[in-house]
Amino acid sequence: MRRIVLGLSILILLAAWAGAAEAPLGLPKAPIPKDNPLTPEKIQLGDKLFHDERFSSTGKVSCATCHAKDKAFTDLLPVSEGIDQLKGTRNAPTVLNAAYSQSQFWDGREPSLEEQSAQPFLNPVEMGLKNHEPIVKIVRTDPEYVRMFEKAFGMKAQQITMKEVKKAIASFERTLIAGDSPFDRYLYGGDKKAMSPAAIRGFEIFRGQGRCVSCHTIEHSHALFTNHQFHNIGVAAQRMPANLNDLRAAVQEVKKKGVDVAVLSNPKTESLGRYAVTRELSDMGTFKTSTLRNIELTAPYMHDGSLKTLEEVVQFYNNGGRLKETDPVPELLDGGIRPLNLTPEQQADLVEFLKALTSSQFIKK
Amino acid sequence: MIRLNRRDFLKSTGVAILGSALPFGLVKVALGAKNPAQDFTFGYISDAHIQHLGGPNFVRNWDRGLIRAVQEANLLSPRPDFFFFGGDLAQLGTQEEIDHGLEIMSKLRGKVHYVMGEHDYYLDLGKYWESRVGPQYYSFDHKGVHFVVLNSILTYDEWTFKKWPTPVDRMRAMARLDNPEGSPFLVGDKQRDWLKKDLAKVDKEVPVIVCSHSPLQKIFKGWNFWTDDAEQVLALLKPFRKVTVVYGHVHQVQYNQIGNISLHAVMATAWPWPYPKTYTQVKSTLPVLTVPMNRADPFFERDATGWQFIDWKTGHVDMHYQLPNNKDRAVAYNRKTGRPEDTRYQNPKNRIPPQNHF
Repeated sequence: MRRIVLGLSILILLAAWAGAAEAPLGLPKAPIPKDNPLTPEKIQLGDKLFHDERFSSTGKVSCATCHAKDKAFTDLLPVSEGIDQLKGTRNAPTVLNAAYSQSQFWDGREPSLEEQSAQPFLNPVEMGLKNHEPIVKIVRTDPEYVRMFEKAFGMKAQQITMKEVKKAIASFERTLIAGDSPFDRYLYGGDKKAMSPAAIRGFEIFRGQGRCVSCHTIEHSHALFTNHQFHNIGVAAQRMPANLNDLRAAVQEVKKKGVDVAVLSNPKTESLGRYAVTRELSDMGTFKTSTLRNIELTAPYMHDGSLKTLEEVVQFYNNGGRLKETDPVPELLDGGIRPLNLTPEQQADLVEFLKALTSSQFIKK
Repeated sequence: MIRLNRRDFLKSTGVAILGSALPFGLVKVALGAKNPAQDFTFGYISDAHIQHLGGPNFVRNWDRGLIRAVQEANLLSPRPDFFFFGGDLAQLGTQEEIDHGLEIMSKLRGKVHYVMGEHDYYLDLGKYWESRVGPQYYSFDHKGVHFVVLNSILTYDEWTFKKWPTPVDRMRAMARLDNPEGSPFLVGDKQRDWLKKDLAKVDKEVPVIVCSHSPLQKIFKGWNFWTDDAEQVLALLKPFRKVTVVYGHVHQVQYNQIGNISLHAVMATAWPWPYPKTYTQVKSTLPVLTVPMNRADPFFERDATGWQFIDWKTGHVDMHYQLPNNKDRAVAYNRKTGRPEDTRYQNPKNRIPPQNHF
């Protein structure tokens, strides 16, 4: 029986792997690093590692806790909760299509899926481990893992290191790609009835008066909906360090604890955005442009989960980087953000367009 | 790697003097004990071109450029001794524009010395400016350095007083590029007399920094990168051993050495110059483009704008340009060659490719 289940999962993963080789409609092939080619064995191993709750100090938290398959690989919370329900400061990005990102995390502090995967294990508000040793111990002693690592990497138990763990998790994540939304069928599939009239109007606004496409890019043959850059769009302007002393204190904390720990433990440090990583003033309060694919499924929105609905998001942008017109706008606001003067109908159409970015396998009928 | 950027002392690994063969300490002694100039830093924000559209509305792009520069300057650490504003606070010299610009500048933490620009002057010949900002030309001393601020954007009386039916016509004429009915900038007799008397009280060994809006050189007449009596002004400065001129107006990096005088341009917070044709594809509040150029990144509204801070070391200006989303750029005095040099791009091999945001 177990063999049948195993066989079935291999078949499913093989399909995913084969699917990964051929990109979904509207997406290019997922980039695969030369030193980590994709194989069914790695994918299956990565899936198991991704869901393993033993890799936490309480034995109750895995990657899937915050990136759950039935929640579009996020957790539907404003900010994520790790061991003992400890709250972080940032909203869990979806793993769907993360394979296309040129950097990982909201502030781009890790360059690859491999490198990103190792960080949450060590964060006190995520998995809470002091170091990776417990993980290495488990994968070297659990017979199931030993067998899978041998098949995936040709390594004996004692040879297994975190490097292989990271590669396997990244390989699994590379299969989590999803295109083929009504938008894709409309634009790349030539089906002019694939989107509703409201969504079609919304698409025009997205590319025109809404100015969305400046950062949420759509290209000739595919759309990632991100320019891979970092922008300060005005979210949480009031939390940013107001003066030099506040800034000094925040930077000292980053230096002391490291970016990963500092930004998830303190809202003021968190609001530095990419500045915490690069220490360039242009990066003050900037965060990575997210993809918009499946955005309907990944509420709440923004790096701190402060916008609850797509309607609020559109209102936020329409007001030039704030939810209410009386909210403050940061001095270092990105120049691309400005009042849009969209009518309520235009805003509603824009929301309809965003809903048309949900991949077909997730559309509930 | 030599790091001349003191913008963030929390990240810098050290500061070095370009082209210096001597260690830092010995250089200070070499300057002489008579009037030892100390090292200090001052910030320089310029060419904001705040433009009134009517009612409570101002051109958003120029507002944001100045707001950004002020905020970044407030986050500069260690704090500079003071700041300059290099002129052209307003675009058409109206009270609303000057007020709005001063309101944004009021958020800057530190004393500000103001230099007058032609866009501030030609509507009412400086009357409102004087009432709110201060004198059009003046001097002061700071840590052993003699600072002189000139109003170098005056012009011939005939043009100023007799040619134009209304002050608004005169202001608009001066705001145009390549204006066949334009007139070159002047420091003028009255100010040169004042300068002569002011400098007579200053020892020749004392370093002098002159801040003006126009270049105090003759670079390009069509855009008034020009001061008609430049030679006469520079002649007054020549006897001093260390002279630096800092000017705005040109909205780009420029530097020059004329004899013993170093000249440095500062960036604008408003728009770059030359500005690309893409700026004029939609209804634009910029002066009519007369010579199409293609330089700034059309996808990034702050490209080729910026502000700067000046490190004063050993009697020479090291100008640190703060360019948004770009590599920092420093033009520092090279003691071997005896002139300012771009520290990053001197060597053609070090030139960076054009910026692409897509």
